[in-house]
Amino acid sequence: MGTFPRHRLAAVALAATGVLLVTSGCGGDDEAAGDGKITLTVDVFGQFGYEQLYQQYMDANPNIKIVERGTGGNLDEYSPKLTQWLAAGKGAGDVVAIEEGLMVEYKANPDNFVNLLDHGAADLKGNFLEWKWNQGLTADGQKLIGLGTDVGGMAMCYRTDLFEKAGLPTDREQVSALWPTWEAYIATGEKFKAANTGAAFLDAATNTFNTIVLQSAGNAQGYHYYDTSDNLVVDSNPAVKQAWDTTMNIINAGLSGKYGSWSEEWVSAFKQAKFATIACPAWMTGVIEGNAGPEAKGKWDIARVPGNGGNWGGSHLAVPRQSKHQDEAVKLAKFLTSAEGHIGAFKAKGPLPSSPQALDDPAITEATNAYFSDAPVGKIFGEGAKTLKPVYMGPKNQAVRTEVENAVRTVELGQRNPEQGWQDAINNAKKAAAK
Amino acid sequence: MALQLDARPPATPAPRNTRPSRAGRLSRIDAKYSPYLYIAPFFVIFAIFGAWPLAYTFWVSLHDWDLLGSDPTFIGAENYTRLLVDSDFWHSVVNTLGIFVLSTLPQLLAALWLANLLNRQLRMRTGWRMAVLVPNVTSTAAVAIVFGVLFGREFGMVNWLLDLVGVDGIEWKSNRFASWVAISTMVDWRWTGYNALIFLAAMQAIPRDLYEAAAIDGANRARQFWTITVPLLKPTIIFCVIISTIGGLQLFTEPRLFHSGTNAIRGGPMRESQTMTMYMFENAFAPYYNFGYGSAVAWLLFALIAIVAAINVLIIRRLGAGARPDTGKRKGGSR
Repeated sequence: MGTFPRHRLAAVALAATGVLLVTSGCGGDDEAAGDGKITLTVDVFGQFGYEQLYQQYMDANPNIKIVERGTGGNLDEYSPKLTQWLAAGKGAGDVVAIEEGLMVEYKANPDNFVNLLDHGAADLKGNFLEWKWNQGLTADGQKLIGLGTDVGGMAMCYRTDLFEKAGLPTDREQVSALWPTWEAYIATGEKFKAANTGAAFLDAATNTFNTIVLQSAGNAQGYHYYDTSDNLVVDSNPAVKQAWDTTMNIINAGLSGKYGSWSEEWVSAFKQAKFATIACPAWMTGVIEGNAGPEAKGKWDIARVPGNGGNWGGSHLAVPRQSKHQDEAVKLAKFLTSAEGHIGAFKAKGPLPSSPQALDDPAITEATNAYFSDAPVGKIFGEGAKTLKPVYMGPKNQAVRTEVENAVRTVELGQRNPEQGWQDAINNAKKAAAK
Repeated sequence: MALQLDARPPATPAPRNTRPSRAGRLSRIDAKYSPYLYIAPFFVIFAIFGAWPLAYTFWVSLHDWDLLGSDPTFIGAENYTRLLVDSDFWHSVVNTLGIFVLSTLPQLLAALWLANLLNRQLRMRTGWRMAVLVPNVTSTAAVAIVFGVLFGREFGMVNWLLDLVGVDGIEWKSNRFASWVAISTMVDWRWTGYNALIFLAAMQAIPRDLYEAAAIDGANRARQFWTITVPLLKPTIIFCVIISTIGGLQLFTEPRLFHSGTNAIRGGPMRESQTMTMYMFENAFAPYYNFGYGSAVAWLLFALIAIVAAINVLIIRRLGAGARPDTGKRKGGSR
C-alpha cells in the first residue's frame, strides 16, 4: 500500500465510488429470455391446482414459459406482497390471483391493472356466474380487472375414524342428517365430546364463525360488515350478531380445539387428528389434503354444511399493468378461467368452478374425491353453486374481518368473556374502518 | 489507513522551482481532497440507502398515503397527532420496551459472565469460543420458527417439560408476559455469544499485571472482576448496550415468526407481543395499507431509539464514573 502512487489510489477510489453509484442507481431490467421464449409469472396462494393446465398451455404455445410462485402460501402473506409489488410498480407476476375479500381494495385503484374489457373480455361474461363477473368489475362498470376462478361453496368435512370412535354414524348422508342446523351441530358436538376421543370437535371457532356469518348474511340481506352503501354495520346487522351468538354457544360448549387457523399448531392438529370436523369451503379440501397428508387418505369425508348454503372465498385472476407481456398474460388468464381451466383446477385441487358451463359438465357433476373416501364432491359443492348467495364486501372488509375474528379468538382462548368480546369486536372494527 | 491520511504530503516541503510545476499542483490537490474521496463510498451509500429513505419516510408520514392509491394528500402532522393518542401504538411501545429490558439485561450479564469464563485457561479454548457464536450464524427465521414450535401450547416441548414436573401448560402466545419471556429467550439465545466474544476481546486487552497486583493485595476473583474487569470494559459495554438497544427496539423477525397463521402481524389475539416494527408493518402494509401512518410509526420509533440510547449512555457513564477513579484521564484517551 505504501508504495502505491497516491493519485492512482485516488483514481481507484473515484472509480469505485462511480461504480457504486451506477450499480445502485439502476437495478437493471433482467429479461432473461435467452431462448426467445416469453416467461409469464403467475402469483397465487393456497392451492389453485394449475400445474397440469400450465403444461397443457405451454405445449399448445411453445413460445410461452410459465413460472408459478406461491402455491401452499398463506393469503395473509401473499396479499401484502402483492400490494407492495403494485405500489412499487415492479415485482408482480404477469398474472396474479386476487381473493374476493381484497378485491374491493384493489378495485378502488383499477389503474394498477389491465382493463380486461380492452382485451375483448366482454364476450366472456356468459362464462361466469353473474355475481362473480360483477365482483371483477369496477363500480362504474367501465373496467374489468379480474376474471373469476373459483367460488367457495360450503360443506362440512369430518374424520370418519374419529366419528366411529365416538359412536357417531360415519356415512355422509347420515352425518348430514345429524346437523340440519347449527344448533343440531352443537348438540352433535356435545355427544362427540362426551365420548372422550381425545380430539376436539372442531378446529377453531374463527373458521366456524366466518362460515356462519357468511351463510347467515347471504341468506338475509346479502351483506355482513358493510352494507351495500359502504356503511359499517357490524354493530347493527342482525346477521353478524346471530353468527356471533351461535359461535359463542360453540365455544361455551367446549367444542373448539382452539388451534389458531393457519398456524403451525393448526397444521400439526391436522396431522395428529386432533379435531373431527372443519367448516369446509370447496377450496378447503385441497388445504386439508395438504395438511393432513397422505396417511390420512380415506379417513376424511364430506357432509352438508349445517344451516343452508353460503359462500366463503374464491378468487379472480388479474393482469397488473406493470406486466411486460400484457397480451400474452391476458390470454393465459382467459385460458385459466375458461370452463376447461375451471374443470382442470377442480380435478387437481378442488376449487369449485365459477363457470356455469363447467358446473354443468359431467367432469364436475360426477367428480369424486379419492382422498375424501370417494365423496361425490362435484355433487356436494356443485349443487348449490349456481344459486349461491354472495355476500357484499365493503372497502375495509379485510381489516374489519380481522378485528371481529380476533375478538372471537380472545373469547375462545378465555381472555375475554362473550360480552367483552362483542364490545371489542365493535370498537376495534370501527377503529379499523376509520384507518 | 488513518495514519497515512494524516501524514503531510512529502512533495510540498521544498519547491526547487519558483514556478509551481503542474505535477506539484496536482499533487497538492490530490493530498487535499483524496482523503475525502476515500471515505466517500461510505457516505454515498449511506446517502442512498440511509439518509434518503429517512427523509422520504418523513415526507410520506405527512400525507394520507394509501399504498395503492395514486394521489396522496398532504395532511401535515395529523398522522402524528393521531398516533400519539392511539392506544394500540402505545401498547406496542410497552411491548417493545418490555421485551427489550427482558432480553437485553440478562443477555449482557450472561455475556459478561461467559466472556469471563472463556478468558480463563480452558482446554480447547478456541473451540469453546467458536461454539458460543454458533447460534448467531443460524438464520433468524429458522430460530424463530423452531422456538415458535417449542413454545407451542399443545404440541410444544416447553409445555411438555413443564407438564413433566407437574406445572400446567402456559399459553405462551396469548399471555402477554409469557410471550415476552419466550421472545426474549430467542433473542438471548442468538446474541449472548456474540456479545460474549466482544467482551472477551476487550478483556484480553486488559493488562495482566493489574490482576496480579490485585491478587497480591488479596482480592479474590469476584472482586477482581467487579473492580478491574468491569470498569475497564466500560467503552465496550457502552458499545454493546447501544447495539443491543438498536436491535432490541427494532425487533421484528423473532416476534413475527413466533406467531403463525392468520394475522400473525398482530403478535397474538390481543397484541400480546406486537412490537413497534410489527405495528408499523401492520399499518403500512396488510391489512391497512396506510403508508403515511406506518411512516409516522417509523419516525417515532427512530425518536424512541435515540432517546433510549441516550439514557443508556448516561446510565453507563454514571455507573462507570463511580467505579473508576481516574475519570479525568479518559478525556484525552483513544476515543
